[in-house]
Amino acid sequence: MKREDDFEVRRQHLVNLTDEELYDRFWDLIRQVDEPMLKLGYENTTPSVERAVLLRMGVSSLDTQPIVNHCMDHGLMGKGAGHCVYKLSKLEDISIREASIKLAKGEGWDKVVAAFKGGK
Amino acid sequence: MEPLKKNKKLDVVEILKDLDKYEPRRRNWVWRKRAEDQHMYQFEYHELSEPLKQSVPLPPAKFLDNIDPQPMQTITTEIASGRFEDDIRRMRMAAWHGADHLMVIRHMGQSHIDGLMEGTPQGIGGVPVTRKQVRAQRKAIDLIEDEVGRPINYHSYISGVAGPDIAVMFAEEGINGAHQDPQYNVLYRDVNMVRSFVDACESKKIMAWSGMLQIDGAHNANATARDAWKVMPELIVQHAINSYFSERVGISPDLISLSTVPPSATPAPCMYLDLPYAVALRDFLRKYKMRAQMNTKYIQSSAREATVTHVMNMFISKLTSADIQSTITPDEGRNVPWHIYNIEATDTAKQTLIGLDGIMDMIELKKDGPLRENARELKERAVLYVEEILEVGGYFNAVQEGFFVDSGKYPERNGDGIARKIDGGFGAGFIFKRDEDYMAPVTAHYGYNNVEQYGGDPENPSALIGGCTFEDHSKIVFIDELDPEDCVEKRLEKVAKYRTGECITPEVEWCGDRVIMLTMMLPAEKRVAEAAAVELGKKLGLVNPEVINAEVMQEAEGTRIELKGKVDFDIDLTTLDVPPEPYVMSDKELYEEFEGHEHMKVVCGTVGDDEHSVGMREIINIKHGGIEKWGIECIYLGTSVPVEKIVDACIEENAQAILASTIISHDNVHYKNMKRINDLAIEKGIRDKIIICAGGTQVIPEEAVKTGIDMGFGRNSHGIDVATFLAQERQRRRGEVPHGFRPEDLNPEE
Repeated sequence: MKREDDFEVRRQHLVNLTDEELYDRFWDLIRQVDEPMLKLGYENTTPSVERAVLLRMGVSSLDTQPIVNHCMDHGLMGKGAGHCVYKLSKLEDISIREASIKLAKGEGWDKVVAAFKGGK
Repeated sequence: MEPLKKNKKLDVVEILKDLDKYEPRRRNWVWRKRAEDQHMYQFEYHELSEPLKQSVPLPPAKFLDNIDPQPMQTITTEIASGRFEDDIRRMRMAAWHGADHLMVIRHMGQSHIDGLMEGTPQGIGGVPVTRKQVRAQRKAIDLIEDEVGRPINYHSYISGVAGPDIAVMFAEEGINGAHQDPQYNVLYRDVNMVRSFVDACESKKIMAWSGMLQIDGAHNANATARDAWKVMPELIVQHAINSYFSERVGISPDLISLSTVPPSATPAPCMYLDLPYAVALRDFLRKYKMRAQMNTKYIQSSAREATVTHVMNMFISKLTSADIQSTITPDEGRNVPWHIYNIEATDTAKQTLIGLDGIMDMIELKKDGPLRENARELKERAVLYVEEILEVGGYFNAVQEGFFVDSGKYPERNGDGIARKIDGGFGAGFIFKRDEDYMAPVTAHYGYNNVEQYGGDPENPSALIGGCTFEDHSKIVFIDELDPEDCVEKRLEKVAKYRTGECITPEVEWCGDRVIMLTMMLPAEKRVAEAAAVELGKKLGLVNPEVINAEVMQEAEGTRIELKGKVDFDIDLTTLDVPPEPYVMSDKELYEEFEGHEHMKVVCGTVGDDEHSVGMREIINIKHGGIEKWGIECIYLGTSVPVEKIVDACIEENAQAILASTIISHDNVHYKNMKRINDLAIEKGIRDKIIICAGGTQVIPEEAVKTGIDMGFGRNSHGIDVATFLAQERQRRRGEVPHGFRPEDLNPEE
């Protein structure tokens, strides 16, 4: 879009605001810009968010992407990739690390899928 | 590891040992502390931070008791040559000059790698940021901060499609600051915008937990826009979008820092343009910290020009405010920064900030006039900008419509902004809605997290797995190397001869790189001068000579050239003869010698037909630091003194030494006169009772001694050199080991 500088026209509603009123207006507008994006972050996840969860659970960085890939293939991202690892460790009574190694190799996913289907 | 010793090189091989077990001692950012005592030497300061235990002061400090006052601002320097092991040594040098914020730029293309990089491959345009690299540098920086006596903040980038992964690794490894700004991903790295903001929530949450300082990426709009000074309203908006977002995720405002840059540079009237902007920005963003960046948009290859711009930028920092003073190396316009330029930039910052200490106690910015009017206008333009973002349906729509980095001064639009698609870019299509039973059993996870389904505590989700890596460092899986060839150990092997001290060769960025730079003026126009300079480099034996800077002196008369090239040899350190530094005694030792023992009287004068008197007066006169200062009595006989007269005077005065000045040197008359003084002293039977010294601009000490006298003093000799020799000679004749002598000096032939 090309547009001439129409500042003098546009600013008319701001002319009489004090500096503090202008400040308050600015931050109220910024809040309106940011809040919808904060909500997106609250309600959604991504492969990198899930890898970051797995890393904190003590999963090797070499295993995080394979686990997330399997998780996406099985339609389980809405549960959380870390949740899948947690689930398998409980189902098989093995450590988080052991569960993560299995899932990275593509093993154990049938159990995890079944557990989530029956779970709710 | 052993603490560092100031005269011993930092051993990178030692740093790499047992890295798998190294735990950082802190995660959080640390600000400088104001010094309780604002006095140093004879000066009163107003804004000093605590001094360093060890440092390299500015050059004039040698006249001022070697003081090295430190400003309040944290000083940043960016160090990322592509080989982190060489950067470690540069970090040490920078810390000694006053940098306490060391920033590592990432390897080109790392922001598009979906996951963590591991190992230590060599980088291009930056360093591949990996756990091993970070851990090694953190470990080294821990030693360096102990050595200089001030905490050092270690910093890198949390951006790209693996932002949250990197944030976790940084928190685990004790990185104290990071750039994090989803707008940067969107505009400059074309990472999908929805993905960028969802990922940013997680990254920022982790940073908040860790106590990391966050720096935004808004200054890039300035570096990218065609007319950089017109994007000021947008810059204010970009800073605000990221700052508010970060605070809402949980980062404390005192750990949210803007990266702000004065947008213009001379020959534009940069103060008139940039100061109102700095004032407007610091008003609207007053809750947050300011990292004052330097203008890079207009930087050319002249290091002098870049330095002046940076000093002017720092003047704005002082007129307004800066919590962190960034530095850009003045060679950034010509190459990947070299060691010496990081140090120059750090010194430029320290020098300027200390030079402007207390300035605002004496002046103030006007409360009315163009400064305030222009600042108000910029703020109004920023408000109008955000109004229009909301009118078009929010941030994502605004980006899609090319709102950002348009070169028009908003509300003017030039239609050249960076437009991105909501469903386009790297990582698009990978956004997943969290189900009702979504769960992540870890600390510092942003957003919906149903741990209650397992009886977990929402305040402590990681309790479900007995704590995550944030509580238990031993749970981290440390990966050493993935490529046995492209790794630090292999690189270190190749330069072993330099590290062990066997050889030395010049170095600008990497151990053994052999690069040198030559500066010259060639009396020709630019094209001819550049070609001639390369030819000159070849004739000098340089490998790959290349002109890195050319400045016209006058179109026909000459061009200033800076040329780089590589030498093709090493210097063997095992056979290199390094003459010892001339020893001089301290004031205390000299007073002890001349006041505590037999009184010393000397006769002195310029001998032969020689009317020069300045040199001798400087050697003896107390006002010039001459030997009288330490209690030596001087009988000055004047100029053109016959040699017989100076020896006779010595006998009459019962003096213990003769000091003869001999400036004229035609036909070696100066050495002939020395020999005659010596011969006369022997004839008259006093030679073993007196010390004979001679000095002058053409005197070579070794040649003087061959005439039989005790010592000669050449050009640049001072009173303290003569006094030290007289004291040592007296001690030697008393049968003592003279002060400052080493065993090998006593028996040089053995």
